[in-house]
Amino acid sequence: MNRDRTPTIDVPLHAIAHGRAGDKGDTSNISVIAYEAQAWPVLVDQITEARVLDLFRPLGATQVDRYELPNLHALNFVIADTLDGGVNASLRLDRHGKGLSFRLLGGLTVTIPIGLLPTGSAYRVGLTP
Amino acid sequence: MGKKADGVRIGCGAGFAGDRFDAAVPIVREFSADPGADYLMFECLGERTLALAQAARARDPDRGYSPFLDRYLAPILGDVLEAGIRVVSNLGAANPKAGARRVQALAREQGLRPPAVAIVSGDDLRNGFPDADLRSRPRLDGAHLFDRPIVAANVYLGATPLRDALATGAPIVLVGRTTDSALALGPLMHEFAWDADDLDRLAAGTICGHLLECGAQVTGAYFADPGFKDVPDLAHVGFPIAEIASDGRFVLSKPADTGGVIDRATVTEQVLYEMHDPAAYLVPDVTADITGMVLEDLGGDRVAVSGVRGHAPPADLKATLCVENGWMAEAEMSYGGPNATARARLAGEIVTTRLREAGLSERIAVDLIGEHSVMQGTGAPAEAMTSIVRLRLAMHAEAPDTARALIEELQALYCSGPAGGGGFRSQLSPQVATGSILVPRERVEAGVRVEVIEP
Repeated sequence: MNRDRTPTIDVPLHAIAHGRAGDKGDTSNISVIAYEAQAWPVLVDQITEARVLDLFRPLGATQVDRYELPNLHALNFVIADTLDGGVNASLRLDRHGKGLSFRLLGGLTVTIPIGLLPTGSAYRVGLTP
Repeated sequence: MGKKADGVRIGCGAGFAGDRFDAAVPIVREFSADPGADYLMFECLGERTLALAQAARARDPDRGYSPFLDRYLAPILGDVLEAGIRVVSNLGAANPKAGARRVQALAREQGLRPPAVAIVSGDDLRNGFPDADLRSRPRLDGAHLFDRPIVAANVYLGATPLRDALATGAPIVLVGRTTDSALALGPLMHEFAWDADDLDRLAAGTICGHLLECGAQVTGAYFADPGFKDVPDLAHVGFPIAEIASDGRFVLSKPADTGGVIDRATVTEQVLYEMHDPAAYLVPDVTADITGMVLEDLGGDRVAVSGVRGHAPPADLKATLCVENGWMAEAEMSYGGPNATARARLAGEIVTTRLREAGLSERIAVDLIGEHSVMQGTGAPAEAMTSIVRLRLAMHAEAPDTARALIEELQALYCSGPAGGGGFRSQLSPQVATGSILVPRERVEAGVRVEVIEP
């Protein structure tokens, strides 16, 4: 829906947001935080519970709850059954799922106006300034 | 560093049992230069650390405190005692009384006058709750583990016993299991005389403790992502200091001349770390709500935090049950050069085939590190011709000999497997698993004791 013809670009979520993963039992929580306030509506519109669940379903995820924190320009995703039984049961290398924040940031694409990409972003490579 | 006239400062010198042992030194230096109501907390008690400490105490009644107690306290003990900085820590683990004696012995070894140490007990539920009683409690997670032998059962105490321990005047307070954030809230309740119904302040103190409890995770560590989140001098990252006012507002900072960064981004990442519902962060003292939290970047690595709200605390308290859980075997081998992935995959298939033929039905994880292991199962693309792949196998079994079979089968592929395998490594380790239960607050609180161990 690009009726105003603002040029847009598809980039990994990592281009406009950062986050951290934490574990409690077999549940992972991953924050997604906009670097800039202007990117916050993009997160709300495009990083949905359904997309996150689809991304983590191969790891066993059964449910995703999304909490919105407009005061922090942050989303908090609580992803159930995604840690192979949790830190004490998992056979994975990364038993806490510490790296899953980067799976989320790299695994989902967002469509954004080019102007939302920070100046100097590595994701600008190949773009006409 | 300036601080408010009525302010309290709390620094955090360790965020987990394996953290840097000397990280508190710059905090102590900062406090000593401008003394006030200053506290130093060390959060060093993981579930596994506590389970091992319980076993150590069972073998020797003089043990069972954290094995890292000397490492964390030796670099700062003389300075904190001289400057009047009070230390609050869960280094007491399964035996705070023995920990207190060890602190006093350490002081003597350093030529210092040994301090009084206040200790808190009552978190160990196996004094008073028979195992069958524990198993009958409402379960939050890990229910399938509860028929196993219980190694440890500890309830998360809140900040009130820490407040009471500080009221004794002892310069050092050692506890076992409390919520991590209570290591900050306890000193604040002591200094500001916050009551049980000061819910907003208790919540602010809890969130302050939550932001401090993982050490440098709020000062730019576990944050750096070069080119996107650049952090200066992470090799010398400063651990956090909070300056808290009596109304519950606080400013996060770090010692002068240390690396790292504190800004809105670092604080936002850490406040959501291991949090589920941001409107209901549960600790024994209060239900904290950060949905109205305001972060103000003051510049110069200072962030002001306000707007935290509190609601009534939960009725029941959470306890962790640790149970014995068999053995984990891990074994690795490298395959390099052309067709490495196919050779590594073949090696994994050989081991799996032979273990199945030997009658083992345990789950076996097969990772091809360098290809997809960390993102395993997520659909990330794999390269057909990778230049180097490390095969990693993992299997969990009840008996150590069963688990060891995985290691023996991979090792045998040095001579009996695909071409070019090298760099075999393995590890066989006992496992402890945990589950969570709810216990009645009144029964726990009736068993909590504060005691001063005089030198």
